[in-house]
Amino acid sequence: MTEKKVVLKFSAQNADKPIIYHLVKDYDLIINILKASINPHKEGTMVLEISGDRYEEGISFLEQQGVSVLPIETEVVRNIERCTNCGACTVHCPTEALYIKRPSMEVEFDGEKCILCLMCLKICPVRAMEVKV
Amino acid sequence: MGVERTIKEINERIKNGKAVVLTAEEVIEKVKEKGIEATAREVDVVTTGTFGPMCSSGVFLNFGHSSPRIKMQKVWLNNVPAYTGVAAVDAYIGATELPEDDPLNSDYPGEFRYGGGHVIEDLVARRPIRLKATAYGTDCYPRKEIETTITLDDINEAILFNPRNCYQNYNCAVNLSDRTIYTYMGTLKPNLGNANYSTSGQLSPLLKDPFFKTIGVGTRIFLGGGIGYVAWNGTQHFPSILKDENGNELCAAGGTLAVIGDLKKMSPKWLVGTSFRGYGATLTVGIGIPIPILNEEILYYAAKTDDELFAPIVDYSDAYPNRKPGNLGYVSYARLKSGKINVLGKDVPTAPLSSYPKARKIAYILKEWIIKGDFLLSEPVEALPNPHSGIKGKVLN
Repeated sequence: MTEKKVVLKFSAQNADKPIIYHLVKDYDLIINILKASINPHKEGTMVLEISGDRYEEGISFLEQQGVSVLPIETEVVRNIERCTNCGACTVHCPTEALYIKRPSMEVEFDGEKCILCLMCLKICPVRAMEVKV
Repeated sequence: MGVERTIKEINERIKNGKAVVLTAEEVIEKVKEKGIEATAREVDVVTTGTFGPMCSSGVFLNFGHSSPRIKMQKVWLNNVPAYTGVAAVDAYIGATELPEDDPLNSDYPGEFRYGGGHVIEDLVARRPIRLKATAYGTDCYPRKEIETTITLDDINEAILFNPRNCYQNYNCAVNLSDRTIYTYMGTLKPNLGNANYSTSGQLSPLLKDPFFKTIGVGTRIFLGGGIGYVAWNGTQHFPSILKDENGNELCAAGGTLAVIGDLKKMSPKWLVGTSFRGYGATLTVGIGIPIPILNEEILYYAAKTDDELFAPIVDYSDAYPNRKPGNLGYVSYARLKSGKINVLGKDVPTAPLSSYPKARKIAYILKEWIIKGDFLLSEPVEALPNPHSGIKGKVLN
């Protein structure tokens, strides 16, 4: 049984509903919440690892509830042309997906470690971090 | 007798393809290996560089005259206001200016996605810019409004004139409060969550000439990817020597430069529109300055290392905004660059706001220009105030 990593985007209308409870209870899925946040506009983002036989049914349920389900691989990218290699993002990245290589002081981005908290998009002074949908 | 050489002699060597030019990083290695005296005998020029957000930047523009003529009273570039109280079709677009309909910090913290710095980047990238101007109309300038599209090549002049750039040294910013704060030093997490700094340390131009012995009015420099000049001291130019709590001299701080150059010859690679969440918009500027090694003393300072250069640690939750004197101690750029410093007994992760790799690249490009003979050194036509001048900042009451 393989685990699948997905990103869930909740709108302000469904962010306060017990949707994950139903995902576990009704579809017998094993979940691991890697990241969950609600922004000031009451929209939620959640990064989940999901495994279980009824995975596809669970995803359909989420979509019926108005939750957008995105594959994790297609999300945050670094615009290399725009990035100035300053490093301002590195101290805000919770998983060190963005880090400074020493002694060159160049900024590296390891997409594998990214959990899509999107903090770097807010921090980057030159908007070099982008969401690819 | 120690080594003595003049800028004129160095320029002769540059023209003859014989000048020895090293970047500030390279000269540090050379001095470690051979010592000051031998290195001073060998090296003619040391190049420095910095690439960081620099407020107090902007561009003077002359749009050319429309037919019929207009004496612009208000002008907007991509919806960002520029100041046109200069002449009929002259204006100054400042890096921190924001669109009038920007939500600012009403939805705190504001995003400030587009401002004057971004207009400057769009101009230098030769992207089309929407120009709108209004006027009251005169007999000689009858037109009352114009809306058109311009590019950098369509207008008469675009002169980058930055009244305060290239800070000699800068605070390392921390947050002692229990909430996240949004500053021009970036987002600072509560309870000493991070420490942000913004100087290229051992590559930084004015840290390598602390007494302004070579950098003065008229010094030719790398500016925004083109050639520029030091126009004057920068505003808030208060050069001094930092001292630790025991009175030991640490390094220089407080100097700034006003710089000028032709925007048409610059590059969007080295002038980048910049946004700080909750603070505003600005411009990231690339500057490189050559230091002629006229004697051993000049080399001694030009070869200072990150271990020998220090930044004051300042709390931006209270001390900075409320202008309270003092700081939380000094930290070397070597420690800042290591990724972790200790403040009040706590390990604090560090992040730079100015790009060290780009600063290194600027120093390298300038070195190449000089070696190729494309860039000669200029004699300063007037010295700038130095730490002995004792200039202090005034308080606005």
